[in-house]
Amino acid sequence: MHNFTYHAANSVADAAAKVADGEDAVLMAGGMTLLPTLKQRLAQPSDIIDLAGVAGLSGIRVEGGTVTVGAMTTHDTVANSSEVAAAIPALAAVAGHIGDPQVRNRGTIGGSIANNDPAADYPAALVGLGATVCTNRREIAAGDFFTSMFETALDEGEIVTSVRFPAPETAAYMKFPNPASRYAIVGVFVARTTGGSVRVAVTGAAGCVYRETAMETALEGDFSPAALDGMTASADDLNEDIHASAEYRAHLVGVMARRAVAACG
Amino acid sequence: MAKHHISTTINGEPVEFLCNTEQTMLDVLRDELHLTGTKEGCATGDCGACSITVDGRLVCACLMLGVEAEGHAVETIEGMADGDKLHPLQQKFLEYAALQCGICTPGFLIASKALLEHNPDPTEEEARYWLAGNLCRCTGYDKIIRAVLDTAADMRGAS
Amino acid sequence: MPKDGIGASVKRKEDYRFITGQGAYTDDIDRPGQSYAVFVRSPHAHARIASVNTAAATAMPGVVKILTGADYAADGLGGLPCGWQVTGKDGPMVEPAHPPLVADCVRHVGDQVAVVIANSAAEARDAAEAVVVDYQPLPATASIETAMAAGAPQVHDEAPGNLCYDWEIGDKADVDAVFAGAHHVTRIELVNNRLVPNAIEPRAAIAEYDRATREYTLYTTSQNPHVIRLLMGAFVLQLPEHRLRVVAPDVGGGFGSKIFHYAEEAVLTWAAAKVARPIKWTAERSESFVTDAHGRDHVTIAELALDVDGKFLGLKVDTKANMGAYLSTFAPCVPTYLYATLLAGQYTTPKIWCGVQAVFTHTVPVDAYRGAGRPEATFVIERIVETAAREMGLDPAELRRRNFVPSDAFPYQTPVALVYDSGDYEGTLAAALAAADYDGFAARQAEAEARGKLRGIGLSAYIEACGIAPSAVAGSLGARAGLYECGEVRVHPTGSVTFFTGAHSHGQGHETTFAQIIAERLGVDIDAVEVVHGDTAKIPFGMGTYGSRSLAVGGSALSRALDKIETKAKRIAAHLMEASETDIEFSDGQFTVAGTDKSVGFGDVALTAYVPHNYPIEELEPGLDETAFYDPANFTFPAGCHVCEVEVDPETGRVEIVNFAASDDFGNVINPMIVEGQVHGGIVQGVGQALLEGCVYGEDGQLATGSYMDYTMPRADDVPSFAVSTRTTPCPHNPLGVKGCGEAGAIAAPAAVMNAVHHALGSRGVSRIDMPATPVRVWRALNAA
Repeated sequence: MHNFTYHAANSVADAAAKVADGEDAVLMAGGMTLLPTLKQRLAQPSDIIDLAGVAGLSGIRVEGGTVTVGAMTTHDTVANSSEVAAAIPALAAVAGHIGDPQVRNRGTIGGSIANNDPAADYPAALVGLGATVCTNRREIAAGDFFTSMFETALDEGEIVTSVRFPAPETAAYMKFPNPASRYAIVGVFVARTTGGSVRVAVTGAAGCVYRETAMETALEGDFSPAALDGMTASADDLNEDIHASAEYRAHLVGVMARRAVAACG
Repeated sequence: MAKHHISTTINGEPVEFLCNTEQTMLDVLRDELHLTGTKEGCATGDCGACSITVDGRLVCACLMLGVEAEGHAVETIEGMADGDKLHPLQQKFLEYAALQCGICTPGFLIASKALLEHNPDPTEEEARYWLAGNLCRCTGYDKIIRAVLDTAADMRGAS
Repeated sequence: MPKDGIGASVKRKEDYRFITGQGAYTDDIDRPGQSYAVFVRSPHAHARIASVNTAAATAMPGVVKILTGADYAADGLGGLPCGWQVTGKDGPMVEPAHPPLVADCVRHVGDQVAVVIANSAAEARDAAEAVVVDYQPLPATASIETAMAAGAPQVHDEAPGNLCYDWEIGDKADVDAVFAGAHHVTRIELVNNRLVPNAIEPRAAIAEYDRATREYTLYTTSQNPHVIRLLMGAFVLQLPEHRLRVVAPDVGGGFGSKIFHYAEEAVLTWAAAKVARPIKWTAERSESFVTDAHGRDHVTIAELALDVDGKFLGLKVDTKANMGAYLSTFAPCVPTYLYATLLAGQYTTPKIWCGVQAVFTHTVPVDAYRGAGRPEATFVIERIVETAAREMGLDPAELRRRNFVPSDAFPYQTPVALVYDSGDYEGTLAAALAAADYDGFAARQAEAEARGKLRGIGLSAYIEACGIAPSAVAGSLGARAGLYECGEVRVHPTGSVTFFTGAHSHGQGHETTFAQIIAERLGVDIDAVEVVHGDTAKIPFGMGTYGSRSLAVGGSALSRALDKIETKAKRIAAHLMEASETDIEFSDGQFTVAGTDKSVGFGDVALTAYVPHNYPIEELEPGLDETAFYDPANFTFPAGCHVCEVEVDPETGRVEIVNFAASDDFGNVINPMIVEGQVHGGIVQGVGQALLEGCVYGEDGQLATGSYMDYTMPRADDVPSFAVSTRTTPCPHNPLGVKGCGEAGAIAAPAAVMNAVHHALGSRGVSRIDMPATPVRVWRALNAA
């Protein structure tokens, strides 16, 4: 790591001010991506603003069919929350399948979504559930939040404070993990609202989380795995790497979507 | 750049240390406090050799800044035994030879202890999934898993 | 027999320090006044170095010294030596220079160009980034195929076509003749995938120079400190051995990768005298990936000729082996003497020919990795035998039985030079099949099919050659070192024992196994025995630990030293009891006079040896301390059978191992618990090779799998538990009757797993899938079939 100045922020406003003050300041949530990046000397921020000490940023609240997760809530907390398990079990399952216990104890939902790794799990849950990202300035619909690979709608100095999830009628997440990194080669989050609308959000396959609208339409007609028989994603623009070709990812989108629907019960 | 003065608790003892911002908790433990039982296998949070607990939660010391320890309680392998009395997991690792070269062992013991605190009755599948954050190149995991499950059974029986 | 003697699952004496965090590995050691080294490494696979500018870096805070390839060349020192010269059809192998610091041309990503020494590791890293190297990139070649193509970029001018050697064993015309008359010929092509050893402890070293004594000390993560002292002292730095101490303290896994003499060891030792301070270097994991010698990397075509009854008539094997950019310490012997000589497997195949072409590429050097040549041989044999059985409609177990070397045929001369010592191949096959419930497979397969899964079962009846020997034969085949082992048994005046061994334990449990042998022989408590290893200042000499040799060779040296102790102790006892030496018997720690009730304890004899008041001083020297060197008469030949059962998810291509059983013959077993652990660990490395691990280079020579995010290491949830057992045919030519167990799992498992995968996929028309059988590969194969 190169030298940097460390600041422990004590409030969201304090963090925002310190980010503005720094020449090239970055926010640190759990640090699970930032610290490896710094250690490999792939980034050289002047200042690191640690959000760990900011009161009110972590915790889970369930009210009237809405689950609100504070930005600094760890994956482990979400995975093991009985309230989350009762309201949106698929959300707890997503959190429980991120990385390993060491990562889940440090990594946070705010850090994960602000980083918007194309193979991260949470973006699929946010988009699949139609969540709302709350920041220190505004509220952003999940569908508008994830803009492109490692890019979000967050402005300079804008800080995620919480994520609000409406509880669906049913939902499930199916992940085919990268055998080495345990990120998603393909992860599909399927949710159906009480109104019958369906979302199929896909992570890992492309540069950014996206929705399989054709599958959504099919499932709105018939919410069963069979409704997706023969359906895959289009391989155009899907990721290609040493672990999976675009065609394989396209195929897996179909497989994971069918399995997610089946898991919805 | 001025060093940070950090007050923390390590293995139950109040500890103060000075560190640079860019030092990780692993650097602090090994280089400043000479607690070399916590090992570095990859420095990127992928191997688990540097597993410690912070306020009872399992983390990789290589992915935590030393300055973040301020006010928190850290536990390392050096604090696992109660004096000469080994922790049941340590005892069981001995009985099963659940280690070979020993480099990953402190991390596995800390991670296993965290597992049993979190889940006193894990299935083999749960134990394997929990310990998937720790790499061992020697044992093939078989004896580690058996030792952990057997310890869990013993500890449940004792409580 | 003492309770902690031979055959007991004694708890490992070394484990207390490891489970309490008190192991002392190289990176745990700090020396007073220590400085830190960081290497400047090539980001290019192939480039000419136009210039190296260290001016800005030298001026940076904390920098002590920066040394470059030009500095090393100016001192007129040697390159890293290769320990084995293979002579091919056209003469000796091409042996290019291997400079510890490169001055003119880098040949793989990670090749070291300069070393920065600073007061702290952080300062050294900062300054290393400021060293300006002007590289002129050149075309590179990373794979065997491209390196052998016409017009390929040349790794070394002296190796046209990138050929290191073209070697063969057997009479090709003779073998061709049996193929002409064969009833059936099975032909396979396969890749033995390149692996990164990945010991969890990264390599590290600390070098220091004492100006007062003119002694150099090197602490290093080595499997064989004496070999490092010999190679580095005599060939590289030209330092006298009596002033060069090499210490290999606790070492966190090796698997072969810590056998070799590496550039960093030599550079640090050389630089330590220049800076007059200790220098420490610890590899970062990303550095390990591009500097630790890799393993395997073969491409092979094999053909097996069979008669109408399925008897093997002949085997032809054509292998290309990747050596990487330079010849690492043992590299040339791996695809030749440790590979082709094993191609008879457990079978009576009468005619065998194998040709091996070793090629240079712009990649990290390839050398011995757990099994070294023998996993590659087993993979060829066991894949082709299994394939032949399927092609001929025979049960693969039955085809093997028809061709096994029978139990009464030992010693058995194979057509590829080796003489097998002992074995019971039918016995291990039967035990493994029973443990795997081979007969129940069809029902399990049907049940899996009902769940939409493809189930397969695969066998691997492997053989290995351990404890490479004898020295004279190895020497005639190009080895440049002896292959004996040394042990010194020092009995202390109070009867406790220290054993100094030239073997080195980095996970194998020598401190326990050797102590058990001593406890058994001398009748002393195991806690009264201490085993010392890993320090050239303490141990007379040693060749170290690799090739499953520690017990077969090092244990035999111990046994010989114990013979000498017993002989001398009997003479002392005879004197004490006023009896004839020939009447003295020794058991359970007591010397007795045959036919009398006279006895004296081992402790009393030890005390007498050191307090020789009543002592035959004119006939016998005082003291009880004996050293033995043991040079084996032959290899030992552990063998066995591993059976793997898999389920494939045809929708995703994911392979799951649902059962794995093994029966191994390691000769006599000293500590069954330790042996079991060795087998488990080997199996998982083999499973890793078969399903998960694959080192991938881009055609430009950039390593695509340079971290744990891309190189798939087997994790706890990737593998099942294993059913392992042993059967024993003692080794007839060493005093303990032992064979060696460290590599068996890694040798046997890949073929067992891949045979199971091919079996599972065979029903869908898949005939070939290469390792690692990753989900995408399996899915592709299913879709192409």
